[in-house]
Amino acid sequence: MTGRASDAECPPLPLNPLPLKGRRSILPGLAGVLAVLLLVSLLVGDGIVALPDRLILLQIRLPRTLLAALVGGGLGLSGAVLQGALRNPLADPGLLGITGTAGLGAAMVFYWGLAARFAPALPLGGLAGAAVGAGCLLAFAGRAPSGPSLILAGVAVSALSASLLALALSLAPNPFALAEITFWLLGGLTDRSLAHVALAAPPILLGVAILLRLGPGLDALSLGEETAASLGVPVGRTLRLAAAGTALAAGAGAAVAGGIGFVGLVVPHLLRPLLGERPSALLPASLLAGAILLLTADLLVRLAPLVLPLSQPLPLGVLTALLGAPFVVAIARKAPLP
Amino acid sequence: MNRDKASLGCAESDRGGTPHPQPPLRGDPVRDAGEVFRLACPTISLHNRPVLHDIALAVRPGELVAVCGPNGAGKSTLLRALAGLLPGTPPRDPRRVAYLPQGARCAWGLTVAQVAALGRIPHRDSAQAPVTHALQRCGILALRDRRVDRISGGEARRAMLARVFATEPDLFLLDEPTADLDPAAAQAIMDLMRDTAKAGCAVVIVQHAIDLAIRCADRMIVLQSGRIAADLPAREALPAAAAAFGLPFGLDPEPRLLPRDDRLVPP
Repeated sequence: MTGRASDAECPPLPLNPLPLKGRRSILPGLAGVLAVLLLVSLLVGDGIVALPDRLILLQIRLPRTLLAALVGGGLGLSGAVLQGALRNPLADPGLLGITGTAGLGAAMVFYWGLAARFAPALPLGGLAGAAVGAGCLLAFAGRAPSGPSLILAGVAVSALSASLLALALSLAPNPFALAEITFWLLGGLTDRSLAHVALAAPPILLGVAILLRLGPGLDALSLGEETAASLGVPVGRTLRLAAAGTALAAGAGAAVAGGIGFVGLVVPHLLRPLLGERPSALLPASLLAGAILLLTADLLVRLAPLVLPLSQPLPLGVLTALLGAPFVVAIARKAPLP
Repeated sequence: MNRDKASLGCAESDRGGTPHPQPPLRGDPVRDAGEVFRLACPTISLHNRPVLHDIALAVRPGELVAVCGPNGAGKSTLLRALAGLLPGTPPRDPRRVAYLPQGARCAWGLTVAQVAALGRIPHRDSAQAPVTHALQRCGILALRDRRVDRISGGEARRAMLARVFATEPDLFLLDEPTADLDPAAAQAIMDLMRDTAKAGCAVVIVQHAIDLAIRCADRMIVLQSGRIAADLPAREALPAAAAAFGLPFGLDPEPRLLPRDDRLVPP
């Protein structure tokens, strides 16, 4: 075809060099911050800053640090993928109901008293719940593979799991179980062991691997599903992979850490001013920034007793919600929703 | 159903001998080597409801085809069927067929250059030259680093068009690319597509502005109630198009804007 350009005859113009140069240093910068925070997190205990002995380091701080990074990274990446796939700046793993069904699964374990007899039953219940929620979503996404219908299905799954959870709470066998369920639902990383890490890490890492590969498809989807299809992107498959990857990355996180909200929602919005709005450019950075955000929040939880007179540690999920909710209001005011 | 080589169908039309409205450029290898895109479907359904009936058409390289017809006649569906996006229609190679839907917009604040670069997704490369070339052709090279949601509507439309050009397709399918543009901008886009067709590409444009379509297109397909009511050289298509809309037609004695290039004014 005439008019087809070759690189030789049409040299690329410099593409606004300063911001691009800045953008290239963001990923290494985030990785550096993450490394520092991982170290700090190993050194900081509940209200104390000191190098702990080996047992505490391995049994308490290491699992907590690893889980914060894994869960936060999974949530951040899930949020970036969902916002891109659904073209909705307010999309979040919680929106698809996967966090809700994971909570329901965990509550069932409490309800039948399985957690007392078999320690990993709790995260396993959460994982099973996340899988059920994801299964419902995928079955739906297979039939009507379009973004808005996926959101509606997620809202329905969310509402259903919330009402079943309320039922489980109202039928709770004893007040002790009720208190345990409630506390778990608030979300946190205290008293998690390396067994929890072993349970959560494989699904989270698998989910992350699935989600990180969706970049070009998400870029194409920013022009709408029809245009993406005309560009040769398998739209239904991309949405299904996004839902499955989210179920693994965010669902497994919710299974071990309870209901931690707003990380997936907030992280992409923090990164867009730095990296631009192209969905694929946000994916690796969201993974790192999610880990950084949750590690920071967990450090704040641990350091809070130094400043605030708290008898109990502040639940991590409560902290992220306290910080995240005003942020969402700010987004909603700033961005005209599509 | 599938694409045939030009040698099978380019020389003569398979739609009842519709002559090529412009004399083909003799000895132009591009025009002779191109590929004819065909669509032949007894019915095309949308959401289980038949929308188009008895569709059989071929689009030749070097041809600018305008699709006209009343709202709901099935113009957009015809374009989607040509793009191979509907069930039952032949799938197209996304590297060779580019489709611009009606009212295309970008969900995020990508830069103009990033939007155009999306056109390289079918090729799975990040070649800069076709993107720069596309921006140049669409006249928005200077806007390349501006956010596509912070420029004017006409400029954003050009950015969407640049995405189509960046794919370097053989067949352009554009659904109302000039809707809600000012007359000069609409004429500029139609001129651009004219030149693209002259360079040997096949171009199909859904166009509501009949006068613009008649001035710029080689051929006009008039759709009415899901059927092809007429498939004629554009200059002869006014009576059929007017009949489809149920409007009278004739010479307009009122003063009106003329295109800059008076060669394009119909006789």
